[in-house]
Amino acid sequence: MSHVQALIDAVGLGAVYALIAVGIGLVFGVLRLINFAYGQLIMIAAYMLVFTQGWGNVAAIVIALGTAVLAVLVMERVAFRPLRTASPATMLVATFAISYLLQNVALLRYTYRNRPVGDSVGVLGQLNRAATIGSLHVRWVTFLAIGVTAVALGGLTLLLNRTEIGLQMRAAAADFRTARMLGVRANRVVMTAVAISGVLAGLAAVILSIQTPQVTNTTGLNETIFVLVGVVVGGMNRLLSATLGGFMIGFVTSFLGYELATQGSRSQTAIPFTSGVYLPSVIFVLVILVLVLRPAGLFTRRGQAAVERV
Amino acid sequence: MSRRVGESLELLGPIALVTVFAVIASLTANASDDVRFRATIVYVAIVVALYVFVGNSGVLSFGQMSFVAVGAFASGLMTVPTDVKPGVMPSLFPFIRDHSISNAWSLVLAAALGGVYALLVGPALMRLTGLAAGIATFAVLGITYNILTYWTRIGPGAQTLDLIPVTTGYLQATVGAVAVIVAAYAYQRSRWGRQLRATRDDPAAAQATGIDVHRQRLWAFVLSGALCGFAGGLLAHLPPGSLSTNDVYLDLTFLALAMLVVGGVHSLYGAVLGALGISLVNVLLQNAEASVHVFGWKITLPDGSAVIGIALIMLVALLLRPSGITGGREFALPRRLRPPTAAPEPPAAAQEGV
Repeated sequence: MSHVQALIDAVGLGAVYALIAVGIGLVFGVLRLINFAYGQLIMIAAYMLVFTQGWGNVAAIVIALGTAVLAVLVMERVAFRPLRTASPATMLVATFAISYLLQNVALLRYTYRNRPVGDSVGVLGQLNRAATIGSLHVRWVTFLAIGVTAVALGGLTLLLNRTEIGLQMRAAAADFRTARMLGVRANRVVMTAVAISGVLAGLAAVILSIQTPQVTNTTGLNETIFVLVGVVVGGMNRLLSATLGGFMIGFVTSFLGYELATQGSRSQTAIPFTSGVYLPSVIFVLVILVLVLRPAGLFTRRGQAAVERV
Repeated sequence: MSRRVGESLELLGPIALVTVFAVIASLTANASDDVRFRATIVYVAIVVALYVFVGNSGVLSFGQMSFVAVGAFASGLMTVPTDVKPGVMPSLFPFIRDHSISNAWSLVLAAALGGVYALLVGPALMRLTGLAAGIATFAVLGITYNILTYWTRIGPGAQTLDLIPVTTGYLQATVGAVAVIVAAYAYQRSRWGRQLRATRDDPAAAQATGIDVHRQRLWAFVLSGALCGFAGGLLAHLPPGSLSTNDVYLDLTFLALAMLVVGGVHSLYGAVLGALGISLVNVLLQNAEASVHVFGWKITLPDGSAVIGIALIMLVALLLRPSGITGGREFALPRRLRPPTAAPEPPAAAQEGV
């Protein structure tokens, strides 16, 4: 592997994280709610890919996306809507509870019959092979990730800027109360935003399950945690800065991971931060540094106040 | 006079709750419940320690379990007998490998390390509010977990730390939890605690009266860190005397936060009630996994359904009482049991600033 190879892979991971970041950022913009259970939407969609194996790729993906949308709409109706006026801490802990609940429901699949944890998934498995360009080996799924993210972001930008519901969503994100007073129908806007986040979760699930053709009850969990960190580092008060933050953390994680793995110490008792296993620590130290220097986010304009929501 | 009674009840109520629970549990529990009941009392200590920062400052922290982790591993590691330590963990630093301390000193060490660690990371973190603070504290947890999991010079690394002496019995757990409750109460009644609560309720007004928000937050963070470390020490010495880094990571963070939020973030009573309540439901559900008799019906739940039940109950509790079971109020007797008062008391909500 060369540095160029590492860069391409880093862009690939960044693209998936950006996709997840948009889903989280969109809902946050309208509801001021951090949906920690977003990872479980990805998990649900990934399981649908498992259950629909043999039905053909198109059917499997459509069902997976549809189920993710359905699941997030149920979440919205059952938990987000009653808690819309609750404190941010309450909302966040409620989504913890949902996340925890869904993870453990999925785990029942294995504990109930004492099976080993994990299902293999084979949708579009041929994309996991590498294309060789000179000395570079790039998996097709990396191109897919970049392409899907570009198309999804482009489509979303058009939706937000060229349609009425998009305008209403932007108005609701800017000032929910005023938007309602001006005739924006809150439930409709919220449900649209939430449904789009479900579609994006489904797309992320497809890409993730091509990259790692194994679905478990923790599929999507780590990605969501990292993206949550990324969107806050990027700046949560604008969708663009949140998305860039998500991309950034994926990119940096992948690239630093490669550098640490190849250049770092291989000693079993290496001091922290010098070996590949300390990658999360390195990332988190960077996160703390950025947050202390730019609390409102890396990609926000200077002078914008931090969102004091949680 | 009656107000003083009411105020002392705010401390005595939670203490009585924990003590009564401990006494009943120690007299009635069978072997498997016994372990869980002792853990319940330690959870009370952890949640109250978390409350000292989160409840008083209003800033959500996902990082407090770092201090629990540091306390638990320090206390556990330093009480493993020296004759087995070099064999199990050969790459430890010599001063850890070749020394052991008593149970009591290990708890002191745990509290001290928790406090020092919080003091080290606190000044940077306390500059932040809102989401940035939440994520930065989470980053501290991530770093702590990562280093504890891989650096075998300071701990067992990815392996489980075994052979920790099981010294957290009912007495130690209860005395420990009560000590944490007393410290939390003393703090929230103190000048600094009140200043911090003022910044929570109205940051601008508090700053206008000359309160240094960062300094007050830092004190609470350090006190919470020390108490978390101490509670971690209690946790390490629970049966079966083994500890892994995953025991003090995400699951415990979410569980402790959920207990606090379900009980009511803004009151000491809420922290105690949330920890006891959710733990008790958990014990009940875990027993149901091994089949339980309810009104003559034998119910057996599949393995893993206890966690699902807990998650559901948390969700329902939050939907029904978004500001927690206590709604942020401190312990008080039911109105009809209170001694008659000359002047009407201000409502608890106004006193405690919900």
